[in-house]
This record gives sequence, C-alpha cells and structure tokens, in this order.
Amino acid sequence: MQPAPSRLATRTFDLDEVRSEFPVLSRRIHDHPLVYLDNAATTQKPLTVLDRIDSYYRTENANVHRGVHTLSQEATDAYESVRPVMQRFLGAASSREIVFTKGTTEAVNLVAGSLARGYFKKGDEILLTGMEHHSNIVPWQLAAEATGAVVKVVPVNDRGELDLGAYQALLGPRTRMVAVVHVSNSLGTINPVRQMIADAHSMGVPVLVDGAQAVAHGPVNVQDLDCDFYCMSAHKVFGPTGTGVLYAKEEWLERMPPYQGGGDMISAVTFEHTTYHEIPHKFEAGTPNMAGVIGMGAAIDYLSAFDIEEIQRHESQLVTHATGELEELGGVRLVGTAAHKTAVVSFLPEGLHPYDVATVMDRFGVAVRSGHHCTQPLMDQYGIPGTLRASFALYNSLDEVDRLIDAVRKARKFLS
Amino acid sequence: MTATATIEERADEVVEEFELFDDWMGRYEHLIEQGKALPALPDAYRDEAYKVRGCQSQVWVAAEPTDHGTIQFWADSDAIITRGIVALLVRVLNDQPPAAVAGTDLAFLDRIGMKEHLSPTRKNGLDAMVRRMKLYAEALAST
Ligand SMILES: Cc1ncc(COP(=O)(O)O)c(C=O)c1O
Repeated sequence: MQPAPSRLATRTFDLDEVRSEFPVLSRRIHDHPLVYLDNAATTQKPLTVLDRIDSYYRTENANVHRGVHTLSQEATDAYESVRPVMQRFLGAASSREIVFTKGTTEAVNLVAGSLARGYFKKGDEILLTGMEHHSNIVPWQLAAEATGAVVKVVPVNDRGELDLGAYQALLGPRTRMVAVVHVSNSLGTINPVRQMIADAHSMGVPVLVDGAQAVAHGPVNVQDLDCDFYCMSAHKVFGPTGTGVLYAKEEWLERMPPYQGGGDMISAVTFEHTTYHEIPHKFEAGTPNMAGVIGMGAAIDYLSAFDIEEIQRHESQLVTHATGELEELGGVRLVGTAAHKTAVVSFLPEGLHPYDVATVMDRFGVAVRSGHHCTQPLMDQYGIPGTLRASFALYNSLDEVDRLIDAVRKARKFLS
Repeated sequence: MTATATIEERADEVVEEFELFDDWMGRYEHLIEQGKALPALPDAYRDEAYKVRGCQSQVWVAAEPTDHGTIQFWADSDAIITRGIVALLVRVLNDQPPAAVAGTDLAFLDRIGMKEHLSPTRKNGLDAMVRRMKLYAEALAST
C-alpha cells in the first residue's frame, strides 16, 4: 500500500506462537478443529487484549475526564494514552486528529451527519464507488436526502477494480465529497486511494477513506495518503467490538459542527447557549467505551510489534495458495481478481448457492462468510446472489487453507 | 400425510422421518429431498411482491384461501437447504385452519436439529417467511 510508518518491529513472526496467543482458535466445531476464515467480518482477540480489558475492569475502572480522584485520573490517563497510539498507527500529525467512535460505521455517520449541517447544498454531488460497504453508502444517502445533494457512483469492472477514468470524469465542479473504501471487504481489492485523493484535491474536493479492511493487512499512513478522513474499527484489527477511530484533519474537525450532544463534549452549558469542548472531545459525547478503547490500544500494540511486511508476505502466501487450489478444483468462479488485493478470496462453485455451501462447510468446522457481504449493489452487478468469502488474518495457516479446499470439495459433492 | 392430519400430527411425522438418520449428512440429504418434492411455485408468485429478500438467501411465499376454510401456501427459495426448510413448513402448515397456523410454534424444527435455520440472525428469509405466513393466517382467521 503506502510506505510504512516508523513502527519498530520487536518480534519475529512465528505462526505457532501467534496461534497459541488466540484462545478461541483451539475450539472445535461439530467435532472438527475450528478453521476461522471470517476475519473480514471480525478478527479474533489475542490474550494481551483480553488481559488488558480484564485488568482495566478489575483494577482501574472509573469514569474518564470526570473526577479528581485517583482512579478517575488513572482511567483517564489509560484512555487518553491510546490516542497517541492510534496517531502513530495511522501516521496522523497530531493526536487531536483522533476521534474515538464505535467503529467505522459511526465514523462515517459522524462525518456525513456533521457535513449535512451546513456543508452540503442542494445539487452538490457526493461521489461513492460501486464497491462500497453499506455503511459507506447509507450515511451519504441520508445526508443527500437531508440537503438535496445527490449521490454519484464510480463504476467497478469485472475484475473488481475501480474505473479510474470514469472517476476522473465524474469529479466535477459540483462534487463536494468523495468517499471510497481502501480495501474492499467482498473482493479484497486495494483501491488506488492515494491517486484518487490527489485527483480529488486538485479539484478542491475532500476525501473520506473507509479503512475498515485495510488496517490489519498493511501499513497505513494518513499523512502520506493526504486523506481528509480515515475510518476504522478496532474489532477488525484484533481489538474489541464497539470501538474505532475517525481520523480527520484538524482543520476539518475545527470547522465541523458536533454530531451528538451530551456530557464530555461541552465546555459550558446554559439553556441559552452552549460552548463546545476542544477537538477531538467535541465529537465524543457521553461516557465513552473506555475498556474498548484501552483494549484497542493493546491490539495495536500487539500488531505493531511485528514487521507488517512479514505479515503481508504470510497472508499473500495464503491467498495465493487458496486461489491456486480453487482454480485447480475447476468449476469455481473467483469473484474479485484485481491486480492489487489483500487477504480475501471470494468465490462461488458453479451452480451452487453460497448459503448451502457455507452451511455444509460449517459442518466440517470451516467458518466462511456467505451472502452479499453488505455490498448488495456489487453482487447485483455481477448477477450473483452472493459469494463465499474466505478472509485471512495473520494467525491462519496453509494447513487451514487445505482444510478450506477440502470442505469446498466435500460440500460440492454433497450438494450436487 | 393425510389432508385431515393436524399440524401437530404432521410435525410428529416429520420428526419421526428425521429420526431415522443418525448423522447430519443423512438429515440434510433428507431435507434437500424434501425441497425437491416441493410443489412448484406458480409463475405469478415468482415476483418481487412475494419475495422475502434475505442477506443470505431469498424466499418467495404466497397464500390463498381454499373453498373449505383452510390456507394453501406456495413457496420457494433459491438455496436448496433453505428450500428444504420451506418444504417442511409448507408440508406441515398447508391446508390447515388459519387459527391453527397463526398459533403454531413450529417447535418440530428444533426437534430435527434445523431450528438454527429459522433464526432471524441467519438472514436467509425464513424467519420473515414464517411471519408472513402467520400474518396471512391471522388476517384470514379474523374475517
Ligand atoms: C469495508 C467496510 N466498511 C465498513 C464496515 C463497517 O464496520 P463496523 O461494522 O465495524 O462499523 C465494514 C465491516 O463489515 C467493512 O468491511
């Protein structure tokens, strides 16, 4: 993707050791060892994350930013210490640019909801792509509905790549926003967001990047990308659910109106007038998910200990092996064959329905996702009811890929 | 199966059949066979208005009153496992009095180890299909 930010790898990647750090991987499903290949939906959690959340609740729990008592101070410090962790992880210029959210969905809604109040005008165009997750479509539709703006869509080709020529042609004087997925969850395509951002900026248009699927699989540096907004979920990078980050350039956070009101986001409240807290707190109304944010910090520490390129090499071996074996099987349609892709293999055995195949594969202990993966427009374009999606993470092994292939073979035999 | 058997009796019959199989493969094969025996959905009903679009699979369901006061169901699915469940539901609920359909709990699916397919979180359209069947039965029962 982009040049790696300055993270110091302190561990060499040892697969057996890594696997032993994820307790759930030792489960058995229907009498088979679990093969967990639904990492794009959510990743499993290492012991360090579990322990961190446990010890937070056992020994540090108090509300943040509220009390002068020692425990509250400690909780606040622990919570706020994650902001610079996320700043470094994403390569942001300042920790003031890190807003904690529930996840990617809330991050997109925050931006779309806030910009719907004053920024978008009737006739403005919001440019999305044909491979967006529903969570990067619907918030913009809501914003468009509220303001009279219109949503335009960059087409996707048969390999699952964006049509950059069409994108450049669609960028026009009415375009006020571009929102694009960094890595597609249903196809694995890595989009050329750096180029797309440069194109948009040359027209004075800001860009939001949905990084939900990118952060666990490659280095991300928001300053290098020069994106205006970047969204991610902790649970897709080995962290807990219910937390994530909106990165936004400081100038945007300063100029955007708050998204939700409540405690923690204000500096003074009277019934006549309320003044808001400074960024990023202006966007964090109410008691936050403290254990979640602290767990997210532990997850990022876990991942950052490795050389991300080593992980990329490992995952690309898994993808290459899976793709090759599926091709070898014959009669399997691969969906999403972009030149640049990450750890996702989407496929469909001809003549079979993904629901049936996934149901039978589960009986062999293999967990894959079936369905439209919240990218219904894309499936409609391909004229298929959905796909089976095997999505990998650093703890998956080549043996597990063989189990995947074996389960596909058995499911096909059983169903035809 | 006789036209006069109650929902309970037909459900028991289904459970007995499934008990003949001692592994999941046998049960699922039997389920898929049930789907193959499902009466074809009339073309008029293969339409958006009768479709329940799940995240995972799609289901069509339609109902007609019969001249002897019961309900006739027509249904189908694009996935064969879902279609098997659809077929069991139609087999058990077809030609039954509306009040009986509206009041049934479909516990027999649990007894054959297929209950998970009916979970709303499964998003295969089956849960919404059952709701439509019951709504139709309730409407008919109250007229
Ligand atoms: C590309 C993409 N964007 C957004 C989301 C939404 O993330 P979350 O549900 O964690 O808010 C997902 C997760 O499914 C995703 O894969």
